[in-house]
Amino acid sequence: MSEALENKKAPKEPLFSKKNKKLVTDPLTDNNPVTIQVLGICSALAITVQVEQGVVMGGAVLFVLVLGNLIISLLRNLIPSRIRIIVQLVVVAALVIIVNEVLKAFLPDVSEKLSVFVGLIITNCIIMGRFEAFAMANKPWPSIMDGIGNGLGYAGLLILVAVFRELFGSGSLYGYKLLGSNIPGEEWGLYTMGYVNNNMMILPPMALVIVGVIIWIQRSRNKSLIEEH
Amino acid sequence: MAINKDSNGYTFAFAISLVVVVGSILAILAVQLKPLQDKNEEVKKKLDILSAMMDVKKKGNEIDRSNAEVKFKEFVNLEKAVVINSKGEILEGIYDAQGKVIEGKAFDVDIKKEFKDKKRKEKFRNFPLFEGEMDKETVYIIPVIGNGLWGPIWGFICIDSDMNTIKGASFGHKGETPGLGAEITQKFFINGWVGEKLTDADGIFSGFKVVKDGSGAEKNNGRVDGITGGTITSKGVEEMANRCLEVYVTYFNNLKKAEK
Repeated sequence: MSEALENKKAPKEPLFSKKNKKLVTDPLTDNNPVTIQVLGICSALAITVQVEQGVVMGGAVLFVLVLGNLIISLLRNLIPSRIRIIVQLVVVAALVIIVNEVLKAFLPDVSEKLSVFVGLIITNCIIMGRFEAFAMANKPWPSIMDGIGNGLGYAGLLILVAVFRELFGSGSLYGYKLLGSNIPGEEWGLYTMGYVNNNMMILPPMALVIVGVIIWIQRSRNKSLIEEH
Repeated sequence: MAINKDSNGYTFAFAISLVVVVGSILAILAVQLKPLQDKNEEVKKKLDILSAMMDVKKKGNEIDRSNAEVKFKEFVNLEKAVVINSKGEILEGIYDAQGKVIEGKAFDVDIKKEFKDKKRKEKFRNFPLFEGEMDKETVYIIPVIGNGLWGPIWGFICIDSDMNTIKGASFGHKGETPGLGAEITQKFFINGWVGEKLTDADGIFSGFKVVKDGSGAEKNNGRVDGITGGTITSKGVEEMANRCLEVYVTYFNNLKKAEK
């Protein structure tokens, strides 16, 4: 009802107006949820050992974020303000369970690898943050765009970190042995020349270091991101 | 039509309808996906059994979910699988929760469920034993189940044709700490178990011990190296192996006696 009223008042905005596009592109660069807002760090550290896990986790968060933003945005005028956080939580939880069940049925290997982290999407601060800060106050379409933007921003960073960690930690990318194989007895590639994997890369602290380096590079390229203290 | 959105009535009505809608969606989804998930679990179980027998990732084996069913038929003969009771005797069928022997196959026994069911009496537990064939020798695969730090841990232990030496194992867990307890699935931990013997020369089972001092590297001394930072999980594996294997040792001893 209120939707129709709002539409009458203002002339209809084109679907891909500058403002809407900005909603998608901003979180990818100057307002990245991980590097700038420093949200969702926990999962970024935990599941970036392999690119594949990063892709799946990013995809799952993207799905939950877009659909959740849409649902919250559609319901925003109906949700009683006193229980709005609980309603948001129910929506995230339901979507996460759907993701988990679907993964279990169709991608059992990935589901096993992600194990508890799928459940932890619920506690990913990016999701609740976007629901509360954006979807509760905006129309469905901008909310979807916002969800896509933030989801991709998160997934992109996850994959970027995972590329470094998998390449230097396991010598492969997306499971493909790029640098050769170090299985005893059948070595090939760089390993025959004495190259060894950097085991530090597999451990979570290195993810933090990589994220830190990315933040550093981003801020040194764009001085306006540096906070003044 | 003006509804007071801050009224208690509205808040309650909204909350209830939300829960009903979300609940029914999830229920429908769960029921629809159940057959697929069950199938996945069956394949996973077969893959786990195969991983206990051999290195499934090694070149030449290369077994994963896609070909686990075929390879399973090749290496494991489910017709020869038996179910024994806690005294080490072969059952003609399986126990149900009340201790009645009903018809059933060894592969269908869900030891996870039986282990979790606290009401079930110890003596009415089923102990499945699978028989496989590798390099023309018979090997025995024993499923084990126990508790880790955060939740259940389980696995399969493969016993060589002498019914004594551990040939291989595969362990799994629900939610052990990644990097610490979760490492029980890794090769370096499993290798500690390979080569250990169930019993001494007189057929007496004294159990295994997970140790911290590195003395587990030596084979056949009943000691296995634990995982640094994963003490409780390692101890869980120790407890699981000792409790579950004891029953089978009785069975193996009876078999050996009969052969003599």
